[in-house]
Amino acid sequence: MSDRHPLFVPLIFVGGLIFGFGLGFSHMARPEVVLDFLQFEDLGLPFVMFGAAIVSGVAFALLPRIRDAAPLTGKPYERRLKPFDRNVLVGGAIFGVGWGLSGICPGAAYASLGVGNVTILWALAGMFLGAYLQGWWRSRTRTRDTAATGAD
Amino acid sequence: MVTDPILLQTAAELFPNGISRYAVGGLLVGLGTVLIYLGTGIPAGASTFLESTLSYVSDQPRFQQYVSSRDWRVVFTAGIVLGGAAFAATFQSGLVSSSLYQPGTTGQLYEVAGVTLWTTEVQPWRLFLGGILVGIGTRVGKGCTSGHGVCGVGSASKTSLVGVLTFLTVAIGTAQVVAALGVSP
Repeated sequence: MSDRHPLFVPLIFVGGLIFGFGLGFSHMARPEVVLDFLQFEDLGLPFVMFGAAIVSGVAFALLPRIRDAAPLTGKPYERRLKPFDRNVLVGGAIFGVGWGLSGICPGAAYASLGVGNVTILWALAGMFLGAYLQGWWRSRTRTRDTAATGAD
Repeated sequence: MVTDPILLQTAAELFPNGISRYAVGGLLVGLGTVLIYLGTGIPAGASTFLESTLSYVSDQPRFQQYVSSRDWRVVFTAGIVLGGAAFAATFQSGLVSSSLYQPGTTGQLYEVAGVTLWTTEVQPWRLFLGGILVGIGTRVGKGCTSGHGVCGVGSASKTSLVGVLTFLTVAIGTAQVVAALGVSP
């Protein structure tokens, strides 16, 4: 932590600010709007997810050609690639049930707290409990998937 | 013709709130991600915060791999919360307006010290139970809507594309079943 570039933490913070502002602006911080999409009543959501993916995709494709490494960390510019295994399907399905039931995903839940949605604390409490349960369970059955990376 | 009234009417039904607020919001989410990536080379996702923050209070071995990143993940998440608050203090409060931003009619608005805040009408049990499943699922499945959906898809990662298709399909099915059972909001 001490050998980090002095701008590392401020940059992360400003990036988070823009990220959260965008989630507020797009109304993804409102579970109702997500649920409206999932029930085909307002198809706006893909514009948020794929709009963001296109912007990040351009950067992920271009930056490695322009520079070798990031200025604040010296970390090489790499794409976000995760190994595929059954967990991606099992976890994705569990996440899907939760997302479809509540209309809430992690990033949008934090932004939702920011727009004043105190009721979202129920979802945040649930997320921490869920993350703890899987951590406790996977710490006990640690024979598989030891290849987890720290990048994400 | 672009001005075909039937086409326009269909679009109005599918997009009752227009598309600009979604597209602009998505561009900003992408911009936040890019800014962090540009400076640090980190394709940040939002759900790892859950596990990395648990490493402060739990000694389960599973969480210890995130000790080195847990501090900046707290900063990232604080930024997201305050970014939402900045939105509330500007567009949500009516202090700033734009033709690209369309306010919504969902939930409940209330005011604190001149700032218009918003709260959901979705029932707490749905949020809590859904939250538990989101907490388990995103961590087992290696990412959420930002990690897989934004950074992973942006990286053209096959794993992430499969992850997104999985949770999107299951979420649509779940929401339809819940609505069919008459649960609202």
